[in-house]
Amino acid sequence: MPKETGKTRWQDLPIGFMITDAGNAAEYHTGTWRSQQPVRNNDRCFRCGMCYLFCPEGCIHRGPDGYFFADLRYCKGCGICAQECWSDTINMVEETE
Amino acid sequence: MKLVENFDIFAPVVVPPEEYFSPGHRACQGCGEVLAVRLVCKALGPNVIISMATGCMEIVSSPYPHSAWRVPWLHVAFENAAAVASGVEAALRVIERKGKIPAKNTHSIAMGGDGGTTDIGLQSLSGMLERGHDVVYVCYDNEAYMNTGVQRSSSTPFGAMTTTSPPGKMSFGQSTWKKNVAEIAVAHKIPYVATASPSYPIDLINKIKRAVDVVGPAYVHVLSVCPTGWRSAGNNSIKLGRLAVESAVFPLYEVKDGKYRLTIDPPKLRPVSDYLKLQGRFRHLTPDLIEQIQKRVTEEYGILKKKCEE
Repeated sequence: MPKETGKTRWQDLPIGFMITDAGNAAEYHTGTWRSQQPVRNNDRCFRCGMCYLFCPEGCIHRGPDGYFFADLRYCKGCGICAQECWSDTINMVEETE
Repeated sequence: MKLVENFDIFAPVVVPPEEYFSPGHRACQGCGEVLAVRLVCKALGPNVIISMATGCMEIVSSPYPHSAWRVPWLHVAFENAAAVASGVEAALRVIERKGKIPAKNTHSIAMGGDGGTTDIGLQSLSGMLERGHDVVYVCYDNEAYMNTGVQRSSSTPFGAMTTTSPPGKMSFGQSTWKKNVAEIAVAHKIPYVATASPSYPIDLINKIKRAVDVVGPAYVHVLSVCPTGWRSAGNNSIKLGRLAVESAVFPLYEVKDGKYRLTIDPPKLRPVSDYLKLQGRFRHLTPDLIEQIQKRVTEEYGILKKKCEE
C-alpha cells in the first residue's frame, strides 16, 4: 500500500476514479527494468520491420531514414527483436551500469 | 551497403502505424499476451469501447493512476466481460438511433484471459453468443491463472506444471485436457470464430478485422505465450507460438458461417516434443506421456482437417 502523503485527497480525484488522460502509462519508464539492451548494426538491416512488429512494448519506431530504432526509455530488454531479426542486425548486450 | 533494395513494403506498411496501447505498461519481459493486445488494438482502430475482464492484461495496463489504453476501456469483474460488452452494444445502438452521439459505427469489444473466458466467464460468454449481440470477444489464452501466480485453469494443457497441479510422486502435472472454447463458440452457430497467435501477426490482424466486419457475435481465441508461467526464455515467445502452430498443438483456423478453413497449414507437422522441450512446465514429462500428448494432438488435428475439407 502506498503511504498517505497528504498531497492528493480522495475529494480531488475524478468521479469513479476515471483516468481521463489516455495512455498516461507512458509517464512510467520501464527501461529501468532492463538487464540487456539491443544494439543495432544498420549495415545489415534491410528494414523488414519484424522487430517493430514483434516488440511487445511497442517501443520500436521508424526513423526518417527508414531504419528502425528502439526507444530505450521503455525497452525492457526481452530480446525478442534480436531473436526474430532475419539478418542478425540486432544483438543483445549486457547493460554496464 | 544494404542487403536488399526496396524491401520496405513489408510489415511497417501493411500494419496500421497507430499505437492504441501505450508503452510503459507493466507486463513481464517478453510477454506474448501484451503483444497480442497491441496487435489487436492496431487492428481494431480508435472507434471501439473495450470491456475487459480481470486478468493479467487488466493488471499490467491499469495500475492507478496510470492507464496504457488510448481507447475507451472498462474494467469489469472476472465473470461478466461479455455481459457488460452486450450492454455497451445495446446502449450504443439506442443512443446512436436517438442521435445523442454521432453515428461512427463504434464497436463493442469484450476481452478476457483464459480464466475469465473458459472458467469464470463462460456463462456470460455463452449468453452473449446466444443472444446475438454484435460484439467481438477476444480471449487471450496463456493457459493458467498467471497474474495470481500460475494456478491451473480449464485451459491448462495436459501434463503442464502449475502451482495447483504440481508434478511429483503422485502426480504428473495437469491431469485433464485443454478445454476447446473455440469449438464451444462454434456450437452456438455464430457467424465468425477464429483461433490466432501473435506469432502470425498479419493473420491475427486480418482475423480481428473480419471479426469486426461480421454482423453478430464473433469469437477470437488467441494463444499468448507467457514466459513466466510457462517457464520459458523471454526471447523465445514468438518462436514458441510458431512451434505450437507447426506441431498442431494449437492449429490456426477460422469458421465463417459454419465453414472451416485452416489459415496456416504447415506442410509437415513437427513432433510435439519440439514445442514441449522449450518449456520448463513440461520438463518432468516422461516419453510415454509425450507419446500420449502426440497421439491426442494428431487425432484432434485429423478431425479438424476433415472438417476443413467438408
